[in-house]
Amino acid sequence: MSEKIGVYVCHCGTNIAGTVDVKGVAEWAAEHLKHRGVVIGREYKFMCSSLGQELVEKDIKELGLTRVIVAACSPHLHEKTFRTACERAGLNPYLCEMVSIREQVSWVHADKAAATEKSKAVISGGVERVLHNEPLEPIRVPIHADTLVVGGGIAGIQAALEIADAGYHVCLVEREPSIGGHMAQFDKTFPTLDCSACILTPKMVDVGNHPNITLLTWSEVVKVDGFVGNFKATIRKKARYVNTDTCTGCGICWEKCPKKVVDNVYEAGLGNRKAIYTPFAQAVPRYPVIDVENCTYFKNGKCKACQIFCPTEPNSINFDQKDEMLEVQAGNIILATGYDLFDATRIPQYGYGKLPNVFTSLEFERMCNAAGPTEGKIVLRDKTTTPKSVVIVHCVGSRDENYNKYCSGICCMQSLKFAHLVMERTGAEVYNCYIDIRTPFKDYEEFYKRVLEEGGHFIRGKVAEVTDAARLPEEEGKLIVQVEDTLIGKQRRIPVDMVILSAGIEPRHDAKEVGKLFGIACGASGWYTEKHPKLDPVATMTEGIYIAGCVQGPKDIPVSVAQGAAAAARVLGKIQQGVISLEPIKASINETQCSGCRICNGLCPFNAIAFIEDDKVSSINPALCQGCGTCVAACPAGAISGTGFSDAQIIAQIDGLLLRNLEPVEA
Amino acid sequence: MTVNGKKPKFAMYWAASCGGCEIAVLNTHEKILDVDANFEVVFWPVAMDAKYKDVEAMEDGSILLTLFNGGIRNAENEHLAKLLRKKSKILVAFGSCACEGCIPGLANLSSTKEIFDTYYETVSTDNPNHFRPQYEYKMPEGEISIPKFYPVLKTLDQVVDVDYYMPGCPPESHQIAAVIDLVIKVVKGEAELPPKGAVIGVGNSTVCDECPRARNVKLIKEFRRIQDIAPADPTLCLLEQGIPCNGPATRSGCNARCPIAGAQCIGCYGPAEGVMDYGARLMTAFASVIDAIAPEEIDRILDGIPDPVGQVYRFNLAGSLLKAAKSAWIKEKV
Amino acid sequence: MTEQFEPTIIGFTCNWCSYRAADLAGTSRMKYAPNVRLIRMMCSGRLDPTFVLRALSGGADGVMITGCHPGECHYIEQNYKALRRFLLLRRVLTGLGIEPERVKLVWASAAEGARFASETTAFVEEIRKLGPLNWGKPVAALENLQEEVSKLEEVPA
Repeated sequence: MSEKIGVYVCHCGTNIAGTVDVKGVAEWAAEHLKHRGVVIGREYKFMCSSLGQELVEKDIKELGLTRVIVAACSPHLHEKTFRTACERAGLNPYLCEMVSIREQVSWVHADKAAATEKSKAVISGGVERVLHNEPLEPIRVPIHADTLVVGGGIAGIQAALEIADAGYHVCLVEREPSIGGHMAQFDKTFPTLDCSACILTPKMVDVGNHPNITLLTWSEVVKVDGFVGNFKATIRKKARYVNTDTCTGCGICWEKCPKKVVDNVYEAGLGNRKAIYTPFAQAVPRYPVIDVENCTYFKNGKCKACQIFCPTEPNSINFDQKDEMLEVQAGNIILATGYDLFDATRIPQYGYGKLPNVFTSLEFERMCNAAGPTEGKIVLRDKTTTPKSVVIVHCVGSRDENYNKYCSGICCMQSLKFAHLVMERTGAEVYNCYIDIRTPFKDYEEFYKRVLEEGGHFIRGKVAEVTDAARLPEEEGKLIVQVEDTLIGKQRRIPVDMVILSAGIEPRHDAKEVGKLFGIACGASGWYTEKHPKLDPVATMTEGIYIAGCVQGPKDIPVSVAQGAAAAARVLGKIQQGVISLEPIKASINETQCSGCRICNGLCPFNAIAFIEDDKVSSINPALCQGCGTCVAACPAGAISGTGFSDAQIIAQIDGLLLRNLEPVEA
Repeated sequence: MTVNGKKPKFAMYWAASCGGCEIAVLNTHEKILDVDANFEVVFWPVAMDAKYKDVEAMEDGSILLTLFNGGIRNAENEHLAKLLRKKSKILVAFGSCACEGCIPGLANLSSTKEIFDTYYETVSTDNPNHFRPQYEYKMPEGEISIPKFYPVLKTLDQVVDVDYYMPGCPPESHQIAAVIDLVIKVVKGEAELPPKGAVIGVGNSTVCDECPRARNVKLIKEFRRIQDIAPADPTLCLLEQGIPCNGPATRSGCNARCPIAGAQCIGCYGPAEGVMDYGARLMTAFASVIDAIAPEEIDRILDGIPDPVGQVYRFNLAGSLLKAAKSAWIKEKV
Repeated sequence: MTEQFEPTIIGFTCNWCSYRAADLAGTSRMKYAPNVRLIRMMCSGRLDPTFVLRALSGGADGVMITGCHPGECHYIEQNYKALRRFLLLRRVLTGLGIEPERVKLVWASAAEGARFASETTAFVEEIRKLGPLNWGKPVAALENLQEEVSKLEEVPA
């Protein structure tokens, strides 16, 4: 054997040594695996300590070790430690392997003899594997200093501002005509009851004016190529039919437009807009867009009122404007595309869409908003009658086996806020029908107490039905809410004037497709999967793609802002370093052996495998390759190999674990 | 290089085989005259008379080139394999039987008892006393014996050291001709032998490399038999049409004769370079193109391959990692 | 004299979920049978049927394949590819006379240390009941088994 292997068995105090005969195992390795190349077998109390590491370094230098096996805790803890130690001693770090005899042996097996025998087998497997390790170099990729932020809600705005303020360029892409997201729809925000627009609009204005931010609204990302440090995004800038170079946002066009359209987006269906419009008064940018589905000119060639009344020289209305395709380069991408509201019509027994005075939370927000369709007056659908009694239904579509199993996190506070606003503005009787009151964060519980003191009624029960079928005289003309009051153990029928449904929040309905564009995955509930749910909530498994805000899961505004800032900090860190090191666990295709069968082409979710038409072979882009090894296992010609987890390494490890290396190995 | 100024010696032997490889050699037409011109044929049971004792009398290593075809089914096959190994400089596992077991290797799916019952109790066999062959029999003249039948058919390299492999059932005649040309050049000192253990008479890739059919990203919702989709689209990859074609996993060299003729590749050229188990590569290939994620749906699609063992191991069972079905190793009175 | 048969099982784990589940079982000091020897791969999608065949022909009595739950694969959807390979592989193994229960597919997330431990122990017991695989070694047929067993009992302990 030409390789010289050092085997190091850690006691880890008594963690390993208390169950495994570490001395015996080290001696066994040195003797029984000598014919495989093991030249030294040592055991030491704490291999990860500086003294332990020095043992390895010394042996590399003095014994000329070419491979190292450390049998200790999990490689997830100390693989880097030992690989770095080997590097210090002049041995390529990838020629060092760790095998776990703690988490996977001494801590889980009570039988000492069996644990010792298993440790020998595990080391034997490691020795056979490491013989096939190759010296590898991390792949260094330069980072482009620009950032792409997708989604102009509060999380995206925060991220964009942090990066732009730090002096780097950001391209912020937003699907709607204005940034602001859902936060722009709210009236007051809990628990401070700050006016949402008042705290949001200064940030929106900053974004609009910032020299380092290129704002692309009414735009969508349609394609993403490239890899961390070097992304290329193709963005469709939809035609506004308004020339933004000359438009001053004066508003005459939408004032004069004769076509009224129900605004299902910003006004949540409660109010109207015109066919040419900006979503709201403080829109950033202020340029309107024409809704071609509803514009009289686009439908039958008539009107053109906007163009006629437009005061600018030259005229800012341009009916011939076309969509533009732009290419943006970026080193990192932050996805902050927010959420969609649960569609309350899916629960027919709550009557939304049939019974006029059942409102969703977003409709109610628009109602409360002083700039909204009812000028801030809390009124029924007839726009005049003030309700005298209101039920607020919690958990609509959330915590529900039939719809979404998860808790939407923000609706309890939102419902309490609604209760407060209703009582404050109308003096009506308010009933909150809840399963639990979830008020975990700063000042949230105190807000709940306040609403209780203000006289809100709280019924612990999930509402069964909202109906207008009266059974008793006092129910005539009212909405009757049927709910089991579990705290008193009685069914109740509560006749009220208005019902507000605290609908849950859901991932955007095209989240999966958008995720595929960027190469990130959705979890079981549809929210994007973070790198680690505890320790790394804004990174994803794809290097260079970050997530912030409700895309990652339901959360309130403070946490969305924190995540936006966190994602920005990660991006700034990468830009600062200028270069990123990627683990060299990659697959590659031997073009001579590749037959061009294309069976691998459909297997890569990261689009790393391309078919080269001219040569009729497939090829892997190492920067896109995430190293999963699926194509390596799939290639029928055996033409794809993977570093770090090659066939030779794994087969050898199997043979070693079965102790076949102790006798002559036959084919 | 000549041996003592004489023509170098050539031998070809058939163990458990069908004779097709011999015919393929003869199918090289006039090329066979080159064999005769350049070699002294010392042992070739199909073509000339010779006795085993003639081979035993030869000097070790005196046969330059032996083409050994057929699998090792019984003691006689093994004896000749070892004998010819001793007497030959270059031993080539010729044809799929010697390389990987081929069709005789499919008997590895059955126990010896099952094989003998099938053979000696057919509908048309008159065997009322259920006789089975005896290995030894004492006669007045002495004891006679027949070769012991081994429970599992082995490939040539599972019994002796093999220099080169030429797969195919049979190896294509144009490939045989090319190899004959190469060996003649080597003998004349005009070329080098490939490294020991090489697979020769083959291409560098798999059958898809030689197949002219158009290929796209494959998503199969159903596996079918070729007659179910007749007429198949002659320009499109058969696998994409739902026909389980073994081409992607099968060594190239045959010029994709079967797919070009409209039949799916059944894999007689064996695995691609460096592959440890041919069947595994087919399993992963077929699994990779199934367009389903729910287990019930995947199972439904897999039902379209009713004989998965036959599909993936038709020619390669004896040379695979598992080598045989469990029943082959059952020891029982036959 | 008859010792209890101790199966040898090779387990394939994925770096992100099931390997971490095994680690979690360790940090939680959950006890399970020592018969499984684990190999770490980056993803269950790396599972080549060759590995399973090598293990079974090389002396393993069973193979356990583990990975992330469907929909939660670190590499998005590669565990589905492992599932498809596993289903076809199992059919082939059944055709070769290997009990399909000898190869098991288990999904375990990084948080499911307890599940990893209990599934492992359950699998070991299943294999113990099936008996050793002893691949490639001649086995006595059922009729001869009695004869073989009685021969064994004659050997002094």
